[in-house]
Amino acid sequence: MAHSVIPQGKSVVTPARLSNAKRKKPRGVRAYTAFRVAALIVIVLALLAPLGWLVASSLKTNVDIYDPTKTIFFTPTLENYVNVLTRNNYFVYIFNSFWVALVSTVLSLVLGVPAAYAMSRFTMHRSALVVLMARVIPGISLLVPWYYVFSNLRMVGGFSVLIMSHMFVALPLVVYIMISYFDSMPLELEESAQVDGLTPIGAFQRITLPLSVGGMATAGILSFIFSWNNFMFALVLSGAKTKTLPVAIFDFVSYASIDWGGLMAAATVVTVPIMVIALFTQKYIVSGMTAGAIK
Amino acid sequence: MTVSSKSEARPRTVAQSSAFSNWANKHRKWLFASPAMIFVGLLIVFPLVWTLYLSLTDSRGSVRAPSDFIGFGNYLTVLSDFDRFWPAVGRTAYFTVTALVVEMVVGMMIALLLWRPFRGEKWVRVAILLPLVATPVAVGMMWKLIFDPNMGFANQMLGWFGIPAQPWLSGQATALPTTIFMDIWQWTPMVVLILLAGLTSLPEETDEAARVDGANAWQRFFFVTLPLLKTTVIVAVLLRSIDALKTFDILYATKGKGGGSFHEVETLNVYAYGLSFDYNEYGLSSAVLIIFFLIIIGFMWILTRRRKGNN
Repeated sequence: MAHSVIPQGKSVVTPARLSNAKRKKPRGVRAYTAFRVAALIVIVLALLAPLGWLVASSLKTNVDIYDPTKTIFFTPTLENYVNVLTRNNYFVYIFNSFWVALVSTVLSLVLGVPAAYAMSRFTMHRSALVVLMARVIPGISLLVPWYYVFSNLRMVGGFSVLIMSHMFVALPLVVYIMISYFDSMPLELEESAQVDGLTPIGAFQRITLPLSVGGMATAGILSFIFSWNNFMFALVLSGAKTKTLPVAIFDFVSYASIDWGGLMAAATVVTVPIMVIALFTQKYIVSGMTAGAIK
Repeated sequence: MTVSSKSEARPRTVAQSSAFSNWANKHRKWLFASPAMIFVGLLIVFPLVWTLYLSLTDSRGSVRAPSDFIGFGNYLTVLSDFDRFWPAVGRTAYFTVTALVVEMVVGMMIALLLWRPFRGEKWVRVAILLPLVATPVAVGMMWKLIFDPNMGFANQMLGWFGIPAQPWLSGQATALPTTIFMDIWQWTPMVVLILLAGLTSLPEETDEAARVDGANAWQRFFFVTLPLLKTTVIVAVLLRSIDALKTFDILYATKGKGGGSFHEVETLNVYAYGLSFDYNEYGLSSAVLIIFFLIIIGFMWILTRRRKGNN
């Protein structure tokens, strides 16, 4: 980050400061620092506490969930997890989610990376717009015709349809991220490779692709996350055997009552793996989400 | 995509290339771009044409059921439906505008707070990232428990301050604002990330110069930082408004079919989903979808036109 450019010792005055101190007045700076620390603690708490609540509730019995005296202090139990994982085919759903996310990510990279390369190098703005349209159009407006066609082809409930629909989300993401990645890559590298005798496609394979591994990692991780989290397409297009985790969560909601403990355990099972992946790949996710934001 | 195998000793050079390779290299522009475009095109163009056709028929019950052509009847039905359709449009606008404004303002404040380096930056980054990657359906369920009127933590907390319990999601008037709150929790971090990326790429000299000239913090923000950040802000607005307009997961997860028993959180997306897959009114839902589609395209057109005009 550009942050590190600023030497640590230098006193920094931030424009957002709400103060009457005009020039590096130590007191004003100290007041701002105190305000900033307090504000940051509030922000971090506001973002993390609900997730903590989710995990804590998944470790409570249904009786304890209803007990206000056991809000923070309770005896943790793995009962809910045992229920979720043994009774409800959850390992199958975990596999389904994983498989659909993995295959749709790989296929999106295979289709999207060369496309983004061509769109970047030949400035195909209009073509890029066609692919990015998929990002703008509400998925629901395509779902009825998809459902019609694929149910006639007897494909609804199979993996191929699910993977295709998730690719529809992932592919524009890959193209979007990779275009900005290729845009920032100097053309000279390929040109000199071509001068040395490589064909243009050879230069793409030998020079550009290896250099864009970082961008592909970013695009891949993000499309995996989006596919893992996708709910609407899976809700309509998955069958009993291909149900993914976000849809399976609803097994714990019935008309009569909600098994809150089980529900929270199921929600934790969906959310925690993707969060762990996110923690280890932070850098990539941030660069992907902000790709193309600054031009 | 053919990645050359390792057994191939030397890369193919121009001199060695075959007729096919010559052709491929000459046409690589379309060779590379077309598979992705054909894939997306097929999944978009056919469905849209078909939805347009369906919207002119009385198709219902089953997608395979025979249907009759009824002209613009569905559109008339939809546009004169003041019970479900127009309230849904209103809720969509309300949801999008409120979420967007709060997310932009709060996001900007947080981004400014994080702008300059500080100790523990790493922890704040983690906190910002986690809501973004959390599964929306799970997030909806999590808030549903926290906002439960009887045992939820939200009301417990109000109790500490002597404030009476609120119905939150189960109240007709409070349900939509509560879901907006959830959207804000999950997506403000996105705005923060984008704005922070913009802020860190700003040249430092201008801010420094303004400070030397005696501009105070507010003046520097409004007259120096904000104008430089305009493009980034517009990108953030675009991205967030597209997604807010299409919000579905959290609404469906917390309130279920029809957006609750009084349709209190039924936005256009939830309405269209219900018509299509809960009530199987394919003709009618197609008309709603075409209208929804036109609204979004129109909205995007206005936003991107403004963007071009500004630059």
